[in-house]
Amino acid sequence: MTNDTIICRCEDITLGEIRAQIAQGKHTLEEIKRACRAGMGPCQGRTCSLLIANEIAKATGKNVADIPLSQVRPPTAPIKMASLLGGKKHD
Amino acid sequence: MIKSADVVVIGGGVIGCSTAYNLAKLGAGKVVVLEKSYLASGATGRCGAGMRMQWGTETNCLLARESVKMLSNLAERLDVDVDIEFTQNGYLLLAYGDKMESQFKKNLVLQHSLGIPSRWVSPEEARDIVPFLNTQDMRGATYCAEDGHCNPFKVTEAYAQAAKNLQVEVYTDTEVQGIVAKNGQISAVRTNRGDIQTDTIVNAAGGYAKTVGRMAGIELPIFPERHEILVTEPVEPTMGPMVMSFYHNLYCQQSPHGSFIMGIGHPDEPEGFDIRSTWQFLQDMANRLVSILPPLAGLNVIRQWAGLYDMCPDRTPILGNSPQLERFFTAAGFSGHGFMISPITGQLMAEMILGKPTTFPIQMFDAGRFERGELFVEPSVV
Repeated sequence: MTNDTIICRCEDITLGEIRAQIAQGKHTLEEIKRACRAGMGPCQGRTCSLLIANEIAKATGKNVADIPLSQVRPPTAPIKMASLLGGKKHD
Repeated sequence: MIKSADVVVIGGGVIGCSTAYNLAKLGAGKVVVLEKSYLASGATGRCGAGMRMQWGTETNCLLARESVKMLSNLAERLDVDVDIEFTQNGYLLLAYGDKMESQFKKNLVLQHSLGIPSRWVSPEEARDIVPFLNTQDMRGATYCAEDGHCNPFKVTEAYAQAAKNLQVEVYTDTEVQGIVAKNGQISAVRTNRGDIQTDTIVNAAGGYAKTVGRMAGIELPIFPERHEILVTEPVEPTMGPMVMSFYHNLYCQQSPHGSFIMGIGHPDEPEGFDIRSTWQFLQDMANRLVSILPPLAGLNVIRQWAGLYDMCPDRTPILGNSPQLERFFTAAGFSGHGFMISPITGQLMAEMILGKPTTFPIQMFDAGRFERGELFVEPSVV
């Protein structure tokens, strides 16, 4: 992997950008996500979270298992607004 | 960790960071910010990210107007290299029924007297601004083209960086656990990483402002209330302004990123610290949204979350000292519109704390106003 490698495919965030955030002192997935949108796209960080956790572990000398993952937010998969309409009478 | 400070700011949201920066800039000496999690982890980073000047009280209009001015060149003002994504695509506030129409028209008179370029638009004109708006039963709307959007994480980051450049110490993952005071004077702040000696505290703890107040033996009438929000997939720019309806209790804006951010207020939401998301919100949100902006039914919801409004009984913040304890200042109770007035609020707080004349009068926003019965009820809140 080089600095040009795309880490977050949904938001087009490269390894270089992730490393720059870590170098600025952002050592959690939550902070990195908010700073550069990594993990905010349609897949919600399914691909990039572990890769970023790895980078944080490398940079901080921690065990990757000790890097907390981001809060998982619903919905589990993208869902159309239209699919959420109605339904009140049949619950 | 530092052992003593001239001022300790509790809360690393946008209000805390803006206040800390302004304190340092005005020569407050050693200023420390304490944040129990990471910067903007509370209300700031969970908010709808809108910026509006169309308010119903003079103060909110003034604070918002000044803040928009400051945000338009914030990075330059703060001398930092942060893009805060400031955009001015307007706010469209929909009016339904006699009462709302007359309130909005009153608000316009107030806004015009303060130089805010808002105007009344007919349903037809509203459709010129948002072509797919369902104007059924709508009396019209008020529109201000200079309202807009800003990225809350970036604004907080900009203030935090500027504060650090002025030697402010920012401690994240540092939780305040107690406040030591004797004979009406503060002597220290107790944290999970040790004590900091100080005689001045700024309570900028948002939804936790009451909790922090209690540590000092002060009962603030601020209470936390969950508000839910969601974001969709990004699409091409299709909707310019934030669309807001107090009738539907809803707001919806397309961000510069292309995603739509939207939320609704719930009148029966109980006081509390619960910030879990609910499926009821998704369903409610979708139904109300699609009734006024039908084509948005085709958008995919990507993520939902929630945050705490720091609610004040009159929906106007408490900015000031407390009568029971010297130099215990509160900047909280923003009731869902703290982010958009944070630039000027930080400046005013710093001026007040340092005993300088404030740029705008704010002494009437002290916590004592509730006992005096001098409330400032803001009518325009979702």
